[in-house]
Amino acid sequence: MRKAPLLEAMGLTRRYAMRRGFLGRPVEVRAVDGVSLTLERGRTLGLVGESGCGKSTTGRLVLGLEMPDAGSVAFEGQPMPAPGTPPWRAMRARMQMVFQDPLGALDRRMAIGAQIAEPLEIHGIGARRAERMERVAALLRDVGLRPDQAVRYPHELSGGQRQRAVLARALATDPALLVCDEPISALDVSIQAQVMNLLVELQSRLGTAILFVSHDLRAVRQVSHRVAVMYLGRIVEEGEPDAVLHDPAHPYAQALVSAIPHPGRGQRRILLQGDPPNPADRPSGCAFHPRCPVAVAICAKEDPMLKPRPGDGRRVACHVAQGEVPAPSVGRSAAGLNRPAQISKAA
Amino acid sequence: MSEPLVAIRGLAVDFGGAPALRGIDLAIAPGEALGLVGESGCGKSVTWLAALGLLPGRARVSGSVRLAGEEILGAAPAVLDRVRGGRVAMIFQDPASSLNPVHRIGRQVAEALGLHRGLRGVAARAEARRLLDQVGIPDAGRRLDAYPHELSGGQNQRVMIAMALAGQPELLVADEPTTALDVTIQAQILELLGALRRETGMALVLISHDLGVVAETCERVAVMYAGRIVEEARVARLFAAPTHPYTQGLLGALPPLDGPRRPLSAIPGSVPEPNGMPPGCAFAPRCPHAAAACALGVPEAVAVEPDHAAACLRAVRELLPA
Ligand SMILES: Nc1ncnc2c1ncn2[C@@H]1O[C@H](COP(=O)(O)OP(=O)(O)OP(=O)(O)O)[C@@H](O)[C@H]1O
Ligand SMILES: Nc1ncnc2c1ncn2[C@@H]1O[C@H](COP(=O)(O)OP(=O)(O)OP(=O)(O)O)[C@@H](O)[C@H]1O
Ligand code: SF4
Ligand SMILES: [Mg+2]
Ligand SMILES: [Mg+2]
Repeated sequence: MRKAPLLEAMGLTRRYAMRRGFLGRPVEVRAVDGVSLTLERGRTLGLVGESGCGKSTTGRLVLGLEMPDAGSVAFEGQPMPAPGTPPWRAMRARMQMVFQDPLGALDRRMAIGAQIAEPLEIHGIGARRAERMERVAALLRDVGLRPDQAVRYPHELSGGQRQRAVLARALATDPALLVCDEPISALDVSIQAQVMNLLVELQSRLGTAILFVSHDLRAVRQVSHRVAVMYLGRIVEEGEPDAVLHDPAHPYAQALVSAIPHPGRGQRRILLQGDPPNPADRPSGCAFHPRCPVAVAICAKEDPMLKPRPGDGRRVACHVAQGEVPAPSVGRSAAGLNRPAQISKAA
Repeated sequence: MSEPLVAIRGLAVDFGGAPALRGIDLAIAPGEALGLVGESGCGKSVTWLAALGLLPGRARVSGSVRLAGEEILGAAPAVLDRVRGGRVAMIFQDPASSLNPVHRIGRQVAEALGLHRGLRGVAARAEARRLLDQVGIPDAGRRLDAYPHELSGGQNQRVMIAMALAGQPELLVADEPTTALDVTIQAQILELLGALRRETGMALVLISHDLGVVAETCERVAVMYAGRIVEEARVARLFAAPTHPYTQGLLGALPPLDGPRRPLSAIPGSVPEPNGMPPGCAFAPRCPHAAAACALGVPEAVAVEPDHAAACLRAVRELLPA
């Protein structure tokens, strides 16, 4: 029998009520709109997309920190227990979250050693204090800090060291899954590299699976085995990082890839028209169609499904990339790439 | 280089004993685009705040900043007022100093036009409209009456650029103009800056922590570390032959887009505190090539090639025959 994947999310949907203006009527925002994803043990799935597309919400849903309005999450083949119950707490110890801002994630008034020991106490790991201190020292070494730094307060550490402390705390319960939400965006380039190296190294040593949320495709390629591109609450493309980066299939993924600043690439950027749309006002059909350089009539009417594309099986949600309709004038795989650069008007 | 538009010499800034700039030399030619990169806190913003007389009184500033040959460091407030927003415009990194949330954007652009070009009333409004159009705001005529919160982040950044253009500057200093924006919007703004430069012939200083952004937008790059410029070269040259170990480290720390995945060559450690500056080369404690001599004195910038300078003792050694 096939072993269930570590994490399997099916059709996750999360809506929020958002009030427009002070007296405005509340409108519904579909932050996450039918997201399915699978994560195997010891692997990393990168989740990319622009601000507000629902990456963090997806992270909170798979951790059970928030309940979906529809859809389900299975962890090690088991459905997510009801929040607050003992089985839920036991499962929570097996999954941890790492946030973007290490200073915000840490308690300023507490030495980092004590903060790393906290989850051990909460989850009853290590019977005696000496045993827990031993484990804290080991965790600090794991993340490249020195055991004597346990007495330091967050403000006495550099940004990179703080993120290491956050990682040590997340690893304290020996989790099978880490959700890292923009773990490097607040750090300097040279420090980002340290943290990426550390994540990859820890994973190969401890076998932790990682959901790596980022808007940085370079970083995602560096650490991930698979990548999912999100747009307005949905996954629009999913595949191997190199396949998606070198031959993106979805027009939005093509624009994202072409926007990666890259010395020597020249000016072959695809400039999207307009801004990311408002999730409270989701366009009809394919949500990307108002900005899409290759949209055809059907795109405004029919919602494209995320499914394997004929030929190479890349999972993509686009009528044109699926070959269901001919692309307008430009070639399919180079959709939009040959359009002349222009000052685009933000719609 | 023809006579530089702006020439900065030995610019130093000290905040109560903590040095923020320790001798900056930088020249910008008319019409050129220069990128300024480096880690957080290395002094990128302070360089331009100091040059334009915008630092608080307790900052001790010394050195020289010449605009078309005329000294502006410590110049009379009236002189600086004319320079700022006039010949030199700056888009600030600090979001608090950006658009006023309670005023319509048309009024804010028109105010800048009144200040720098003496335009009022209908003329100011017509010119504001033209500027918004120039920076790619759709339906500019009606957007004049919009408030900042009615526009997206990318559109507000365009309005900021329009305000900076109001004084028809010869130099635009843009401090992290795309950092808060999504990558597809960042691409639009960078494209816009390039197009405006071609149209108006203004020079651009682009401050960024992202080497990739600078590489795409600028002709020349200056890399800063701990309050000094450690390397300066044309973009292609800097990427092809980085000479300072810090620049080499920055490039090595950037995840590649293809090829096998191997650990990044991360720079160990972190930047020194302003009041704990190491003796000699500030990068020495993190440098894989540091030798005893590196701690003895602050390395001066030397030309490795015409148009390419690095402030590293090794760079000098490589020039000497073995
Ligand atoms: N608690 C909440 N209440 C109301 N709306 C919310 C809430 N959390 C998220 N949203 C909305 O849901 C959408 C998705 O938000 P989410 O934080 O998941 O995006 P994201 O992809 O993580 O963005 P970013 O890159 O900016 O972190 C956004 O439109 C956001 O405003
Ligand atoms: N008003 C101020 N008072 C005291 N110190 C200051 C002030 N402004 C800047 N500094 C210090 O000067 C140094 C250089 O700061 P600067 O803002 O120029 O860095 P930067 O390179 O622009 O960094 P970032 O990438 O984070 O914007 C830092 O150590 C900073 O803390
Ligand atoms: S479905 Fe249509 S609008 Fe959507 S991405 Fe594909 S071509 Fe563009
Ligand atoms: Mg988020
Ligand atoms: Mg700055």
